[in-house]
Amino acid sequence: MSATDPHHATHQALCRTIEAVWRIESARVIAGLTRLTRDVGLAEDLAQEALVAALEQWPQTGVPDNTAAWLTATAKRRAIDLFRCNAVAERKHEELARELEALEQTVPDLDSTLDNTISDDLLRLVFIACHPILPTESRAALTLRLLGGLTTDEIARAFLTPEPTIAQRIVRAKRTLADKHIPFEVPRGPELAARLSSVLEVIYLIFNEGYSATTGDDLMRPALCEDALRLGRILAELTPTEPEVHGLVAFMEIQASRSRTRARVTSTGEPVLLFDQNRTQWDQLLIRRGLTAIERAHKINTTRGPYLFQAEIAACHARARTPSETDWHRIVILYTELAQLTPSPVIELNRAVAVSMAYGPQAALTLVDALASEPSLARYHLLPSVRADLLYKLGRRPEARTEFERAAALTRNTRERALLLARAASCETDPTNP
Amino acid sequence: MRFMVIVKATPESEKEGALPDPQLLLEMGKYNEELIKAGVLLAMDGLHPSSKGARIKFSGKSRIVIDGPFTEAKELVAGFWLWQVKSLEEAIEWVKRCPNPHAGDSEIEIRQVFEMEDFAPILSEEQIQHKVAKRAELPNQTAKK
Repeated sequence: MSATDPHHATHQALCRTIEAVWRIESARVIAGLTRLTRDVGLAEDLAQEALVAALEQWPQTGVPDNTAAWLTATAKRRAIDLFRCNAVAERKHEELARELEALEQTVPDLDSTLDNTISDDLLRLVFIACHPILPTESRAALTLRLLGGLTTDEIARAFLTPEPTIAQRIVRAKRTLADKHIPFEVPRGPELAARLSSVLEVIYLIFNEGYSATTGDDLMRPALCEDALRLGRILAELTPTEPEVHGLVAFMEIQASRSRTRARVTSTGEPVLLFDQNRTQWDQLLIRRGLTAIERAHKINTTRGPYLFQAEIAACHARARTPSETDWHRIVILYTELAQLTPSPVIELNRAVAVSMAYGPQAALTLVDALASEPSLARYHLLPSVRADLLYKLGRRPEARTEFERAAALTRNTRERALLLARAASCETDPTNP
Repeated sequence: MRFMVIVKATPESEKEGALPDPQLLLEMGKYNEELIKAGVLLAMDGLHPSSKGARIKFSGKSRIVIDGPFTEAKELVAGFWLWQVKSLEEAIEWVKRCPNPHAGDSEIEIRQVFEMEDFAPILSEEQIQHKVAKRAELPNQTAKK
C-alpha cells in the first residue's frame, strides 16, 4: 500500500476523499459482502464499519491503492469475528466463517476475471433493494443508500423527510428482507419482467421526486435527478438487453436536458412552461444521449413499453427547436398507443394537451371534459390547469379564470401556485385583444 | 457537478501519425468501460496531433490564422472526458484509477464545468424577458394552427 502524503492533506480533505471512495466503491463492496454473508442488512453494517475503520486508519496510513479491496477485506475480517462469536449458537455461522477465511487467503483484486461476478452481484443488489415486498418509498431509500452511496441524512434532505423516519424505513426494510428470506439473486423467466418494473419504478420515483418536487419551495432538487440518472445508467449497463431500461434512461436524459440548464425555472425559482423555455439552453449532450438510448432500445425489439413511449414523447419535444416545430401529430399517436397499453386518466389528460396543439383547443376540451368525473383526478391540479388553458385559448376568459384559481388552490407547490394565480389574473384582459 | 478531465499531450503523442500503443488502448478501453458502468461518463474524445489543427489569434478586429503543429506539447490537449460526479474528490479518485495515458510521464487535468446556475445573476433578467415575450405570444400560437 502506498500513501499519498497524509501529512499535507488536512483531515477534512481526507474525509472528502474517503466520501468519494465510498461513493465509487460502496455498492460493489456491499454487493460482494451480501453474496458472502447472505444478508444485505448485515453486509451494509459491515461495510459501514469498514468505512469507519478507513476514517480512523487512512489519516495515518494514507489512502490505499486498491480502496475497494481494502474496504472489502476489512469488512470480511469483521464478518469472520462476528460469525466466530455466533458460531456456538449456529452451525451456519461456523461454515460462513470458514468460507470467508478461505476467501481471505485469495488475493483480493478487481481484475477482469472478477468483473462478471461484480456485475452480477451489483444486479442482485439492485433487485433486492427494489424488492416488491417493500413499500415503494422504502425501496427508494434503500436503493439510494445501497447503490447510490448516499447517507441517511442526504436521503432525508432530498425527500424532505426527517432523518429518523428514513433511518427507520431502511432498518425496517432490511429486517423485512431478512425475515422473509428474500434470496440474493437475479430473477429469471416470467418473474424478471415484474421485478424489473419494480426497479424501474423506484428509479423513476427518485427522478421525479427531484424533477418536480411535490412539496416545498424548490421546484427541483436536481441532485436527486442526477442520482436517479446515475442509477439508470448503471442499470442500463447491467441489463443491456432490456429495452425498457434504455427507455427510462432516455426519458431521464431528455427531461434532465431541460432542468440542468435552468431552462425550467427562472433564477428566482419560478417554473417556466415547456412552451416558454429558452430551448437554446437545453443541454444538447443529454438530448443526444437520450436519443441514443432510444436507438439502443429499438435495436433490441420493436415493441414499446411505457417508459420508451414517454422517452419518445420527450424526444419529440427535444427535437423541435421551437414549440411550433413540435411534431404534435406524432405525440398524439404516441399518447394514444401509450393509453392503450396502460390506460390512465393522467395519460389521457396529457393526450388532450397534445390534441389541443395538433387539432385545436375545442377538440381537446371535449377530451378534458370527459375526465371531469374521474375520481382519481379530483384533487389533481393539472386537470383544472389544462382546462383553464384551453378555455383561455377559446376566449372563454371568466371560466378560464375560475379554473386557474381552482388549480392554484389544489397545487402543493408554492411557486406553481403563484404562476397559476398570475395566469388567473391575466384573464382580466380583453379576449379580443390579448 | 460536471468535470472536464483533460489528458495533456506529450512530444510522443504530438508526433505525425502518432497512434497509441495497442496495450494501452486495451487498458483505456477497460477503464472507459468502468466509467460507463459507474454511470459517470457523459462524453469523451481523443484529439489528433496539433499538426492537424490551427490557432486563430484575435487582436481587436484582426484575425490571424496560425497552422499547427504547436510547441510546448505539455500545454496541449490530447483528449478529454466529460464526467458527472458528486465532487472534485470523486473526480480525483477516478483519475487515480486511470492507466497512465502515455508511455513515460503524463498529466491529466481536472476542470469543473460551468453550470447555468453559476450564471444565474447574469441570466435572470434576459430569461424573465424571454419568458414574458413568449407568454404574450402564446394565445395566438394555436389560433395560427
